[in-house]
Amino acid sequence: MNLNQIMADLSYFIPEMVLTGILLLVILFDLFQKAETSFRSAYLAMGGLAIVTVLLLTQNVSPAVGIFSNMLAVDGFARFLKVIISIGGILVMWMSLNSNELKQRRVGEYYVLILTMVLGMFFLVSATHLLSIYISLEMVSIMSYLLSGYLKEQMRSNEASVKYVVFGAFSSGILLYGFSLLYGITGSTNIYDIQAALVAGTVSPSLLLLIMIMIMVGFGYKIAAVPFHFWTPDVYEGAPAPITAFLSVSPKAAGFAVLIRFLNVAFSNAGNPNMAAWGALPNLNWPAVIGVLAVLSMTVGNVIAIQQSNIKRMLAYSSISHAGFMLLGVVVADQTGIAAVLYYASIYMLMNLGAFFVAIYVKNTFNTEEIEDYQSLGYKAPVVGVLMTIFMFSLAGIPPTGGFVAKFYLFRSLIEYGDLYFWLALIGLINGVISLYYYMRVVKAMYFGKMDLPEHTYQAPLNVTILLILLAAPLLLSWMLGDPLSVYTHQAVQFFIH
Amino acid sequence: MENYLLSIVTFLPILGALVIAFVPKEKLNVIKWGTAVTTGLQLILAIWILKVFNYSSADVQLVEHYSWIPAFNIEYFMGVDGISVPMILLTALLSFLATFTSWNVDKAQKGYFALFLLLDTGMMGVFVSLDFFLFYIFWEVMLLPMYFLIGIWGGPQREYAAIKFFLYTLFGSVLLLLGMLALYFVSEPHTFNMLILAQQSAQFGKTLLLGMNAGHVIFILLFVGFAIKVPIFPFHTWLPLAHVEAPTAISVILAGVLLKMGTYGFLRISFPVLKEATLWFALPLAILGLINVIYGAMAALAQRDLKKMVAYSSISHMGFVLLGMAALTSAGMNGAVFQMFNHGTTSAMLFMLVGVVYDRAHHRDIEGFGGIAKVVPIYAGVTAMAFFAGLGLPGFAGFISEALCFIGAFPVFTWITIFATLGIVLNAAYFLWSYQRVFLGELNPKYEHLKEINGRELFALIPLAIITFFLGVYPTPMLHVMSGTLNHLVEAIRSAGMVAGL
Repeated sequence: MNLNQIMADLSYFIPEMVLTGILLLVILFDLFQKAETSFRSAYLAMGGLAIVTVLLLTQNVSPAVGIFSNMLAVDGFARFLKVIISIGGILVMWMSLNSNELKQRRVGEYYVLILTMVLGMFFLVSATHLLSIYISLEMVSIMSYLLSGYLKEQMRSNEASVKYVVFGAFSSGILLYGFSLLYGITGSTNIYDIQAALVAGTVSPSLLLLIMIMIMVGFGYKIAAVPFHFWTPDVYEGAPAPITAFLSVSPKAAGFAVLIRFLNVAFSNAGNPNMAAWGALPNLNWPAVIGVLAVLSMTVGNVIAIQQSNIKRMLAYSSISHAGFMLLGVVVADQTGIAAVLYYASIYMLMNLGAFFVAIYVKNTFNTEEIEDYQSLGYKAPVVGVLMTIFMFSLAGIPPTGGFVAKFYLFRSLIEYGDLYFWLALIGLINGVISLYYYMRVVKAMYFGKMDLPEHTYQAPLNVTILLILLAAPLLLSWMLGDPLSVYTHQAVQFFIH
Repeated sequence: MENYLLSIVTFLPILGALVIAFVPKEKLNVIKWGTAVTTGLQLILAIWILKVFNYSSADVQLVEHYSWIPAFNIEYFMGVDGISVPMILLTALLSFLATFTSWNVDKAQKGYFALFLLLDTGMMGVFVSLDFFLFYIFWEVMLLPMYFLIGIWGGPQREYAAIKFFLYTLFGSVLLLLGMLALYFVSEPHTFNMLILAQQSAQFGKTLLLGMNAGHVIFILLFVGFAIKVPIFPFHTWLPLAHVEAPTAISVILAGVLLKMGTYGFLRISFPVLKEATLWFALPLAILGLINVIYGAMAALAQRDLKKMVAYSSISHMGFVLLGMAALTSAGMNGAVFQMFNHGTTSAMLFMLVGVVYDRAHHRDIEGFGGIAKVVPIYAGVTAMAFFAGLGLPGFAGFISEALCFIGAFPVFTWITIFATLGIVLNAAYFLWSYQRVFLGELNPKYEHLKEINGRELFALIPLAIITFFLGVYPTPMLHVMSGTLNHLVEAIRSAGMVAGL
């Protein structure tokens, strides 16, 4: 690989380079700030991410290319997720500025860590090589450990961080073991070469299954799928709330991206660029494994979420169940299935961030995270109440919200396969009904019960109200106006093929 | 404007709701009259639809057809035929009258009327949609306001009733969604357009789904979805609870319009699209209809709570609709849709009347009154009339529609029909018995000073009474609206049966 090639590849790498530059700039900027003014770093970081988003949107991804000796792919799929992740980063920073947990604290490095995590996720969604997958995965994980322990003097935050580290180290250890086995039988670290070797050779199905399960431990931990979910509730509860919100959407989306890319490339039966002709390796029925994980995640996440009384824990378990829903689309793994996952991930980001941001506002104002204490919130803070209702209904997947449309597309992709996935769709739909119950508990607390009408109503700060409306409006309007997002997601199912 | 008549009639209430959202909550009169004006305008538009509707044609009319989400071939497709026009009229009428029944809502009025209008849009949308996806959206949109209206403004057990109603109907909707997607994929080219689906009817019986006849599987999925709404035994347990806990106006809407959506769903989707499966399922449907008639009436007979009694009477009355539909004869089908309309007007009257006495006495225990006809003669008179209409006395519209259901069903399901006529006797029994206990006999001294029904309450009742009486004497105008479409549907199903050799 010569220098010219690297220079040529760098032209595909501009958004990442700009992001790195901004990251360094924020570190420098923070050096000249006192603790009280350190929050100003956030404006720089948000502005930087906005620039990166614009650069990504204008990036040319057709034809898709592999850069740096096929370490990373630059294709429509990666670009779509990068945009989602970067928007998620901006939204989370916006809310972090309003979080009381982070007030009176030096926060310059907090924003640097978020930016680094965003960069790591950029790599993760485009990684096409075992090494780049592992390194970017660790980059995201380590930033997550640091951020979830950011409230240094709080026991819960420390506990969250330590638990996260232990689980993370264990999972990535197993993932590495799986990778090493894969390298051992294929003699390659590039997922395209691995696929070629697997198709050509005859590997025993049980060994392949073992490898896949080991790899699933690593990826499953990132997307918080059952049975790799045990870290989720404690970390979500202990971490600073904006970070919990961030963890529940962006790394999850990135985890899904690497999972989809890995399964569809390394374990596919043909290197045919025509996506429709792709299928699983004949000696590894991975859609079945994913299907089992999907059913487990949906059901276990739901059943435990019902029993939660703390809103952050409830949302944590519900995020497990949402991971299960998204896995349904991975099972199908054709164009409509993957587009449905991307659609779901985008909508989930909006509605889940919305729900968490309301929880942060309530924590700031009423100093509580218990669902019971949401009593009469709909009357105390009418605007926030209505918005929270929209987020809850959307999470439950009730029309006319975007959450419904996202689920609809998922089930559509399942039913398209006729009998094969019909039962999977039915289990998913029933889980949707179950999830309604615990989301409704929040709505019920806000509006039902004894109505102690407050003397004065609370008004959220203007910028929080705007942020929440920005999250809620697309949930209601986007799909009604011809659903441009579904068009983007379909276009985004474009992979770099070696 | 006629080109957009259906959109306007559907979305007008949402517009009203948006306006109300910006009215300060202290201005109660603006909120209430705003709602009354909105629903009143909607009623005028509904009458206009009736006027421009071409009776002699069985085709859908006033069509609005646009591409909506092209990626999935989802269309914004609205239109009306002889089945939907009576339902639109019923929805607009009851929404308008129920506004006045809601006049005394005592808390958070702004939210109440905004949600009420949202509910109105959902109901209207269901009756004008001809794209299954659009239909489903409206079907679900109805759920949310209903949940809040029961849960916030309802009786003592409101929270339980609201969540039970929500979970129950959502479970039904989920099966409906599954059926809808299955239908989408067995149709070629994939479509949610109900008219195209109906044209492809023949091929659904030939396709396999889960190793069974796809038409049958889909029919069952849709059936459960619709049956919960009707409600058909054994999916009825949410209904008495929701009715008892809901505020009066919402009970009126629930019984008057929402229950009709189940049977409307059968006639709009299941019957025309799955013709062969309809013939296959006709007998079970008739038997379920019979169970509804008898079970509902027996349960009503056993109630001490006046509102619960009326709620169970709804189950019984919807049984006649099912029986008439299942017969798949011209008379039965016309009787069924006519009965849907009549039950809408009668049960609305009954619930309003129960509300009137509850507002004054603060209980609904049948045994707790006695002889109040002496104190409130006008109320007693109106109630007598509503009860007679409810039990299907000749001269009221209910008599005609029930008779048509029996006439239609008799040649097809002779024994079932004979047993179902027992329901009429039971209907008479519980209505008359409860009337006797509440209004006649010794005056209960507690109610010596019971206040007479007031002008506002009468204003909501009298139009319904007039309609019931008028259609009971001269049903032709209403039958005329629907017979074209229904006869066409019956013929289509019958001939599809011939082709399939049934």
